[in-house]
Amino acid sequence: MSVNPAPTITPCDVDFTKRTEYHEGLEAIRAAHRVLKEVAFAPSLPRKGYNDRTLYVDLTTREVKEKPVTQQMKDLFVGGRGFGLWHLWNAVTPATRWNDPENEIVISPGPVAGITQYPGSGKSLVVSISPQTDIPIDSNVGGYFGPLLKFSGFDALELQGKSDQDVILFIDGQKGIIRVETAPLEPADSHVLAEILTLMYAEDEADRVNISVVCTGAAAEHSLIGMLNFTWWDKRRGCIRLKQAGRGGIGTVFRDKKIRALVCRGPAVKADLNHPVDFETLARTGIKLHQEIRTQDNLQCKMRRNGTAHIVEIMDAYDLLPVHNFQYGSHPDTHKIASYVWEGRCSQMTSDGCWYGCSMGCAKGADGLVLKTGPYKGHMVTVDGPEYENAAGLGSNGGVFDPDSLLELNFYCDTYGICTITYGTLAAFVMECYQRGILNKERTGGLELTWGNAEADLEMMHQMARGEGFGRIAGQGVKKMKELFIANGWGDPQLINDIGMENKGLEYSQYLSKESLAQQGGYALTNKGPQHDEAWVIFMDMVNKQLPTFEDKAEALYYFPLWRTWFGLMGFCKLPWNDVAPADNATTAEPAKIPEHVQNYLALFTATTGIKIDVETMLMQSARVYNFQRIFNIRMGKGLRANDLPPYRAVGPVTREEYESRSERYDKQMLDEIGVDPAGKSIEEKMAITRRYRLDRYSQLCDAVYARRGWTPDGVPTMARLKELGLDVLPEVVDIVKAHGG
Amino acid sequence: MSMIQVNGDPLAWTPGLTVRGLLQAKNYIFPMLIVTIDDRRVERADYDRELIPDGSVVQVIHLLSGG
Repeated sequence: MSVNPAPTITPCDVDFTKRTEYHEGLEAIRAAHRVLKEVAFAPSLPRKGYNDRTLYVDLTTREVKEKPVTQQMKDLFVGGRGFGLWHLWNAVTPATRWNDPENEIVISPGPVAGITQYPGSGKSLVVSISPQTDIPIDSNVGGYFGPLLKFSGFDALELQGKSDQDVILFIDGQKGIIRVETAPLEPADSHVLAEILTLMYAEDEADRVNISVVCTGAAAEHSLIGMLNFTWWDKRRGCIRLKQAGRGGIGTVFRDKKIRALVCRGPAVKADLNHPVDFETLARTGIKLHQEIRTQDNLQCKMRRNGTAHIVEIMDAYDLLPVHNFQYGSHPDTHKIASYVWEGRCSQMTSDGCWYGCSMGCAKGADGLVLKTGPYKGHMVTVDGPEYENAAGLGSNGGVFDPDSLLELNFYCDTYGICTITYGTLAAFVMECYQRGILNKERTGGLELTWGNAEADLEMMHQMARGEGFGRIAGQGVKKMKELFIANGWGDPQLINDIGMENKGLEYSQYLSKESLAQQGGYALTNKGPQHDEAWVIFMDMVNKQLPTFEDKAEALYYFPLWRTWFGLMGFCKLPWNDVAPADNATTAEPAKIPEHVQNYLALFTATTGIKIDVETMLMQSARVYNFQRIFNIRMGKGLRANDLPPYRAVGPVTREEYESRSERYDKQMLDEIGVDPAGKSIEEKMAITRRYRLDRYSQLCDAVYARRGWTPDGVPTMARLKELGLDVLPEVVDIVKAHGG
Repeated sequence: MSMIQVNGDPLAWTPGLTVRGLLQAKNYIFPMLIVTIDDRRVERADYDRELIPDGSVVQVIHLLSGG
């Protein structure tokens, strides 16, 4: 146990009037805009959660048109991620790569998104072919853009083609105007750009809350890991706030299309804009959860005070916090970045929700950070977060335990348009390569990327934003760095592959999976790559030991990915599902699933759309989209068993130090489970025995999971499964499955 | 030696061991727990006074979190 007792917290006391503002130059920037295309449309509000139309924009031809949302789309794909994948499927071919004009970025909020009665109901899903993985990536993001798009009249926004110059797409849902405008003078970075555009497109101060901007930053132009920021106007702080569609490089696609920003001006938000069939049920269900959060949150996760960062010290205590590139699970300095540190840094506003009506309000803001490096040195800024992933990825995984440095890394990731999770994992990989001599000062152009060297870490990030030096190489991501280091002969290929924490080309998010076989599958048996938003089952497997057999693990890796997929179809945030629980949850048959909340979600969907569903129907809705995405991956040349292999660092100890750090556990496993006496064996012999055993277990897990999911041993959905799901009505889907033995 | 089982693993038992003492010993600091002793659920309010008998089978179920 390395965590010190929580110190007394002095509440953050910041004079917001001293925050650096970026209004200067706004008029000149506006004056330089030229309208390339203007189209009128009829604003509408959804009926039963749907508008039944998509907005399509071709950046090459500047064609702007409406496309119908058909009944078949709703039946098969529901909305959100489902709509995104369907539009993307129709836009691309198996040969399409991320920077081809036909690749799309699709943003869709889902049928229930935008309700204000229930916490966590304002999410958008963003889909594109990823520059990192060459398969579809999906990212779930807060902020107001998706709901405002929907309340302007569209269930989804499809962006295709490439502009020949930087443009802004403005959707005015109040006046019914869509404009493509040149943007020649716009600043690149999000915290500046989004503030300027919010002020520019709002008609007065009160209108700012009706504006949401989607943009990225300078690093998206020079890396493959660019992310998208979605904004909302924070009335209390008087500034824009940023939420991220982080994973997979969608920001890079955005800039490749020469989109500088999307701006949506929606109508004033009211409680019933979705025109649900049963408003009373929405209100009643919401009130129940508000009361639960009010009475239980302080006894449980304290999300209202600390947000997701509350688990920093918890992950450390359970040996799950990634330390030094996922080598270790805890560190004596974790107390320096624990939740109570952030509690003192984040201004505790009464409402910090990224959409209206969220009483969980976990979108914390650390105000009053004065930057010490980079182009904004000396500026006082508000940093969104840090969330757990940022504290772990930018902090412990690279050995950075200085809160100011961590916040500065967080800030620059956000404004430069860099995914914090990806950056954290790639920086940790680079630092371990430096430790092991794969990299050195000469190869990094002078950067001393030792553990915890925040100055070098920040400089690498600034280089990434400038497209210079080693930062530009790092911005290609772990997979391409591995290929480069091996091609250059800089180290043992097996070691480089073992410690580079990516699968399918996407970097791991910030949990240590090596002692939980189920979580190894929870990461690598995903559709888009190792992100924790499919199945976080470490506690069930490693701590509770509730999943002793392969079949138990397979069942968890069947249910939870489908359950979590459903949030992405609807426009829901996952956090109100299980970061708070009813007081009597423990008395239920399956408390891990939070059964009362599952019933809440069924009620919300039915009350919005009028479509009655039960849990089985809900899982079928998800399974259609989940299996469709798997087949989409196969169509793009991946999606098979070979693509589901994790790097060995995610499975077991790669180095002597790792083995020795847990030798008691590994020796015991060898004796009890493998049936080999470790006595008298060298560390190398024991590591080899452990490796063979663990990789064999992972292979058996794949067999069990594929069988449970209705897939072949090569990971292809079978025709029988396709028929169950009703996907056999799509001829190309059937052809792909048959061609791969499904 | 007197033993109990905690989540399937053996643990040395000491007289007077409470649920709170067990959680501290195992460093189980996650706030969303369900504790059972021989299939009987223990309320959170009783963690300080609930004694764990020798030979008990204790489950400390951590609910899901993360992400």
